[in-house]
Parts: sequence; C-alpha cells; structure tokens
Amino acid sequence: MATDLVADRAPDPPKSTRGRVPRAAPKTPGRRLALLLRNRWLYLMLLPGVLYFLVFKYWPMYGLHIAFKDYVPFLGYSGSPWVGLEHFEELFTGPDFGRLMANTLILALLTVVFVFPAPIVVALLLNELRVRIVKRSVQSLIYIPHFLSWTIVASLTYLLFSADFGVLAGFIHDVVGGQRVDYVAQEEWFRPIIILQLLWKQTGWGTIIYLAALANVDTQLYEAARVDGAGRWRQLWHITVPAIRPAIVVMAILTSGNLMDSGFEQIWLMTTSLNRSTSEVFDTYVYYIGITQGAFSYSTAVGLFKGVVGVFLIVGSNWLAKRLGQRGLY
Amino acid sequence: MVLTNVTRRRRPSIRHYDSFGSRVFDALNIVVLVSLAAITVLPLLYVLAGSFASEAEIDSRPFFLWPEKFVTDAYDYMFATDVFIRAMLTTIGVTLVGTAIQVTLTLTMAYPLAKRHLPGRTLIINLVLFTLVFTGGMIPTYLVVRELSLLDSYWALILPLAINPFYLLIVKAFFQELPEALEEAARIDGCNELAVFWRIVLPLSKPVIATFALFYAVAICNDYMSPLLYINDENKWTLQVLVRQLTAPNSDSENVLNQQGSALFPLQGLKFAVIVLATAPILLVYPFLQKHFAKGVLIGSVKE
Repeated sequence: MATDLVADRAPDPPKSTRGRVPRAAPKTPGRRLALLLRNRWLYLMLLPGVLYFLVFKYWPMYGLHIAFKDYVPFLGYSGSPWVGLEHFEELFTGPDFGRLMANTLILALLTVVFVFPAPIVVALLLNELRVRIVKRSVQSLIYIPHFLSWTIVASLTYLLFSADFGVLAGFIHDVVGGQRVDYVAQEEWFRPIIILQLLWKQTGWGTIIYLAALANVDTQLYEAARVDGAGRWRQLWHITVPAIRPAIVVMAILTSGNLMDSGFEQIWLMTTSLNRSTSEVFDTYVYYIGITQGAFSYSTAVGLFKGVVGVFLIVGSNWLAKRLGQRGLY
Repeated sequence: MVLTNVTRRRRPSIRHYDSFGSRVFDALNIVVLVSLAAITVLPLLYVLAGSFASEAEIDSRPFFLWPEKFVTDAYDYMFATDVFIRAMLTTIGVTLVGTAIQVTLTLTMAYPLAKRHLPGRTLIINLVLFTLVFTGGMIPTYLVVRELSLLDSYWALILPLAINPFYLLIVKAFFQELPEALEEAARIDGCNELAVFWRIVLPLSKPVIATFALFYAVAICNDYMSPLLYINDENKWTLQVLVRQLTAPNSDSENVLNQQGSALFPLQGLKFAVIVLATAPILLVYPFLQKHFAKGVLIGSVKE
C-alpha cells in the first residue's frame, strides 16, 4: 500500500517469514555472515538431521563405487583395486541373472495387477456403504494387519499353510480327505502366497488415501447427477472415480519406483531351500551373496543395477503421467 | 428412532430413488466387506486361541477359535525362561530409545526446513528428496555400520533408521501450515527460535507427534532386517528374531531355547504364544491411537 514509505526506512528484517526473502539485497560476504548468525538456532537444529543424511544415506552412496572395485575390507575403500565393469559383466552373463529378473518382474507384475487396485476397490465399496457403524468397524479391522511385522505375517502363514500342522493342509486332509500339501515349501505356491500376504497386510491401510480423496468430493455433484437421472453406477463412474484419479496416479508412480524392490523382509522370510527357483529376487540375492558369502563388491554391483533401474522407472512413469495430462509427482 | 436415523443420514434424499438393484448391491456390499474384515481378523483370533490350547489339541484340530481346554503351558514356559524375557526387554528398550531419537531428530530437522527464508533450505530439501529415489542400498549401508563399529550394538538397530524421509517431509508440510502470527508474537515477546519452537510450535503439534511416534515405534519394534544384518550375538536378539527362530520351517526350536524335547516342552503352543507376545503391545495401544493415525498420515499429503 505504501511502498514509498517503506523505501525510506532502513531495511528491517522481513516481517513475514513466508516467501518474502529480501532477495534484492546484494549477497556480500558480510551479509551472508549476518544471515547465518541470525538463523544460528535454526542451523543448529538442522545439524543432527543433516549429519544423519550424510552418514547413513550419502556415505553409502559414496560406498557404491566399490561396485567397480575388488573391495577387500582389510584394504579399505581407497586401497582396493579398480576392476571396471567386471562385476556387472559377471552379473549380466552369469546364470542367475535371467532367473532373478524373471522372479522380480513377475512379482512386480502380479503386485500391479492384484495388489495395487485392491485398496481402490475396497475404498469404493466402503464409500458406498451407508450403514456407518458397519463402515467404521470394517475400516478399523482391516487397518490392523498393517501394524504387524513381516515376521508375524510369515509365522501366521506357516501356521495356516504348512504341512505339519498348517490349517489348510490339515483341513484338506481331515475334512476333504486329500493329501497334506506343504504349500509354503512348494515353488509354485510361492507367488500366490506372497500376493495373498500383501493383500492381507496392506489393502486396508492403502484405502486411507483414497477414502480421504472420496471424502472431499462435493456432494452437490451427486445431487446434480441424480437430478439428471444418473443411477448409482453412473454416479460412481462419472463422479467418484474421476475424483480419486489424481490419487491413483500418484500412488501408481510411487509403486512403479518400487517395482524392483520386492520387499526384502517379506521375501526373505518366505524363502526356503525348496522354493528358491521362484523366490529369489534381486534384494534377497544381494543379501545372500553379500552378507552371508562376503562378496561385497559383486553384490553392491547387483544392488546398484537394481537401484538405477528403479530411478529410471520412477522418472519414466512420472514423465508418462505428465504426457497423459495428469499432474505427476514432481 | 426413525427420526434419529433421518437426521444422521449423510445423503438424505438418496433413499427416495433407491431401486431394487441398488438395494441388492447394498446387501452384497455389506456381505463382501464384512467377510473381508473377518478374513483379516480370523488368523489373529486363531493364534490367540492356539496359544491357550494344549499341544494335543493344536495337533488334532485344524482350526479353532476357542480351545476345548484352557491351558497356559506356553506362557508359563515362556516367562520361566530368560530367552523370552531378554528379547522382550531388548525390544522395549530399543523401541523406546529409538522412537525418542527418531521423533526428536525428525522434529528438529523439519522445523528449520519449514522456514522459507532460511538460506540453504532448498538444497537440503533436495538432498532429502533424492534419498527417496535413490539409496546406497543394503551392502554399502552395512559397510558404513561396520565402519562405525556398530555391528552387534543396539545402536545399529536405531541409528540407521533415525529419520524416515517421508515422515520428515510430512512434518515439514505440517509446520508450514501453522499460523505465523503466533510465532511472530512470541518473537516480539523476546523468544528466540529455540524458545518459539519449544513453547509455541511443539505444544501445537501434539497430535502429529503422537502419530509419528506411533509410526516410528511400530517400525522399529517390527524391524527384522536390521537385527538380521547387524546382530549376531544371541543375547541381543529382539522379539522379531525370536519369532522367526521359533516359527520358521525346519527351525531347530529346541536348540533355540536350549531345551531337548521333553514331554513338558510346549513347542507348538510356544509358536502361537510368541506371536501373541510380539503382537500384543501394538494391538493394545491400537484402539487409543486409531482415531489419530488416519488424520496424521494425511497431513501434508492431500493439500490441493
């Protein structure tokens, strides 16, 4: 309102801290120092967190260069000799690569087809549920498994599906009169079990975001649609689904970035010596080769390959989402 | 009664237009969702029932939700051996200390990052964002932990997980939404940034702190990967490791507990009981926190 009045005054500290940086002021060394000093408490508060990121996030990134070395713990990072792309060649030409890639991608594909849409469907069903007590109770109950650990989920799976005293095997044996099958040890049952676990553990929690998006829909839209003669199916298709589309896109991008991550704990806990042909994925392979066998450089190369593919996937799907006219993640 | 029903209804006029198909859908919908909830809960109830059942009953009945005879053999055995008690104390200790550190670091880092005038803020935020897309991965992180001599130390279960970047960004978004006038008033009254944070911002953030404390506590209490990677010492096992050791297929459970199979050793019951023991703390606090967490997880995530 009174720009000239302000101009005469000495440049006092910014009134509002929001977005009004005194950007016009020249950044002389003295001014920088003054800024640092004025914000000393803020910088002090930042320090532990920044240290955490440097030590536990960026130091490992520096450590990635041992993928191009023959890392010997005794010689350290700097003493170990460079070997170029040797470990990558070993990975790509080795006998394990095809199986690892197939197992990882098949699990990712099954996840996209079965696990990703489940919370959307459940959220839509919950949204149509008009008896509020039932809606509340169902919600509270299906959130629970999210808070259980993978060790618990794996143990439950063994209790329910293994041969010795698994519920399913016992049931089929005692009631139907069939063979006792050790579902958790069979390689062909590995993938269905992993998907079932994911559905059981994560579906309820996944509905939260979609339910929030649904709660924000303007009820007038529904009234207008009803006046125009739209039934419930039409309302669902033309109002409800478009309302959660942005949420779906963001979740899809986030999921695509994790396609190469098969969930180490879950898979590791369900891996047995009998199902390794379908169960071994990049994540568990890295652990197996790196930690239990001590091949640090080679397993780092495997991890690096996996990480780089993951970055491409997330950047690519974000680009695709933008091309398709959605907002995208960044 | 009819009246209260009408006032409670969210979409008052909808019933008027209900067709037969629409009502069939409503009925089916309830059936589907209730079965879904049942499938979710039944395995947990089975484990609870099994933990109070006799060895013979677990072997003979395929599935039950109420034991024929209530026995507490498994629990008696569990609380008589120090393996379980040590694992439980370890888990509780690591969870409490870990959560305190995680919440403190997240809050103190999120607050300065929420100040748009802070020079260098964008750089740090970008460094944090980058870690969401790309990380060093398992082996380089393991080597760092080893380099810091944290192997076989409880700190290895805490420090590498000290800040969850997602939570950090959500808390930062929450801080940015706080009314600025409050902070300005405090500053005029002579508070420095630390005092503003302590006296104004933290009290306003209690629900957020509670939510993320819960999330951090659950994550650290449920963590199996860190003990698997960093802990070899059997005396430092957490509950999750114990659950795994006891219930894994072909596991040498008798050996785990230094017990040679005697008739009194309730091996099957222990598998159930240890799951109950590891699940109980979370499910006990769940009803009290359930109100908050849905709200908490959405802070900052649905802005537009």
